[in-house]
Amino acid sequence: MLCDNCKKNPATVYVRRTVNGVTTEAHLCEQCAHEQGEWNLVMGPSLAFPDFSLGNLFASLLDQLPGQTAFVAGGRAQRCPGCGLTYADFREQGRLGCARCYTVFRQPLDPLIRRLQGGVRHVGKVPRRHGGTARLRHDLEHLRQELNEAVAKEEFERAAKLRDEIKLLEERLRGGQ
Amino acid sequence: MLDQERVFTQADSAWLGQGPDSDVVVSTRIRLARNLTDLPFPLLAGSEELGQVLARVRQASEHLPEAKRYGIMELDRLSSLERQVLIEKHLVSLEHVQEPKQRALVLRDDEAVSIMINEEDHIRLQVLLPGLNLDQAWHLADRLDDSLEQHLDYAFDDDLGFLTACPTNLGSGLRASVMLHLPALVLLKQASQVFGTLAQFGLVVRGLYGEGTQALGNFFQISNQLTLNHSEEELINNLKALTGQVIEQERAARSRLYEELGNRLLDMVWRAYGILTHARLLTGDEAMRLLSDVRLGVNLNLLPQINLPELNRLLVITRSGFIQRVVGDTLSPAERDLKRAALVRDELSKNNNSN
Repeated sequence: MLCDNCKKNPATVYVRRTVNGVTTEAHLCEQCAHEQGEWNLVMGPSLAFPDFSLGNLFASLLDQLPGQTAFVAGGRAQRCPGCGLTYADFREQGRLGCARCYTVFRQPLDPLIRRLQGGVRHVGKVPRRHGGTARLRHDLEHLRQELNEAVAKEEFERAAKLRDEIKLLEERLRGGQ
Repeated sequence: MLDQERVFTQADSAWLGQGPDSDVVVSTRIRLARNLTDLPFPLLAGSEELGQVLARVRQASEHLPEAKRYGIMELDRLSSLERQVLIEKHLVSLEHVQEPKQRALVLRDDEAVSIMINEEDHIRLQVLLPGLNLDQAWHLADRLDDSLEQHLDYAFDDDLGFLTACPTNLGSGLRASVMLHLPALVLLKQASQVFGTLAQFGLVVRGLYGEGTQALGNFFQISNQLTLNHSEEELINNLKALTGQVIEQERAARSRLYEELGNRLLDMVWRAYGILTHARLLTGDEAMRLLSDVRLGVNLNLLPQINLPELNRLLVITRSGFIQRVVGDTLSPAERDLKRAALVRDELSKNNNSN
């Protein structure tokens, strides 16, 4: 077998990588492996796999998803006012340009994010400075966990207190605060 | 106080020490990705904008708990060897050093906390501890993140959570990972089966230095793939539970090894020990392979006792960047191999004398 990189010398080094569940393999000769530093330490992985990047992965993933074409069609490419990125740029490099991109390209991004992450509902940490409902939802989640624990431990007085707090938060959340 | 020279010439990062389940788990890492709300992400940011990010994060880092223990290094002021040492110690990522201008690292004096500024995201906060230590690492990362956030406006969306350059990091921005040593599973050809199972539970297996690197010396990094729709605690507990399973499997495989391989196992570990203590030329890969065998031999009580932190230190000492930085010059591969063999002999004989 010849080296996948130079296609001249016999391949003696086997490299295998998995990104987002997709595995690629490369057989390299010692020289190519060496030129790429000791296991790509210096040059980084992208050089070892010119055809293999996150951008390409997204592009092939995006092709299978609905609502993409309007945003990719070259002529009327919308630019993010925050950083100048187009959706076609994103398709190519697999990276957004700034926080506003997520608002500007939300519509075509949505199916991609669902596909990658299995949904679009953040339940983790919320920055303290952030207003909005996320903080409330986050606190609510925690209180519910605590309530379950309290009930399991038969700490009914604490459970009643927690239930009141949860009710209060739920009302505030419904009030759209 | 961070002594910068020590970072490049001493192999004593906190993660090299002894920790829970150290026989299988070398280290635990928690990484949080954060961005500032009003500036382009590093890939699209101009030099001036990158400079603004750097200035703001630097200022915020001056208010961290125990702020005196931290120091900042601007990556373009370091030599390329020094940047390589940072990678070899797992203190920065490959991506972070590709373009060193306007990139910086805030580092705690025990090297357990590193804050990469202007990596793929504006901030990559990392906590790196020895052994299996996910809860402690998360609590520390959480606390430091809170502290930074008091001085910075993070990019955040109610539904998508923390906004990151790559959609694969959205939500919690959390990557929790453990570095495992799995020689017995590899020897018994069960590793790929175990990894396949892990993939079904949303975990990713990578090589020693992260994405795209080979699993040198039977060291593997396992981390969560999903970052959205789950709380940090869920993601961490999932990784913890499955890591526990892998640890059990590896230990079970180790206890079967002697039955399966008999004297071949004894020969393998003693041969590795013999070469490491006597060789005059050692390549980086060979050293890693042999260290793996010796580590296995020590854990099975087949070899003279070497404490695990000492073996961990050799994971750093045998790397090319570290060797050359210690010598203070760029070396040819052959010169490196000579120096590497000498350093390993030296370390292991220290161990013999202290026993």
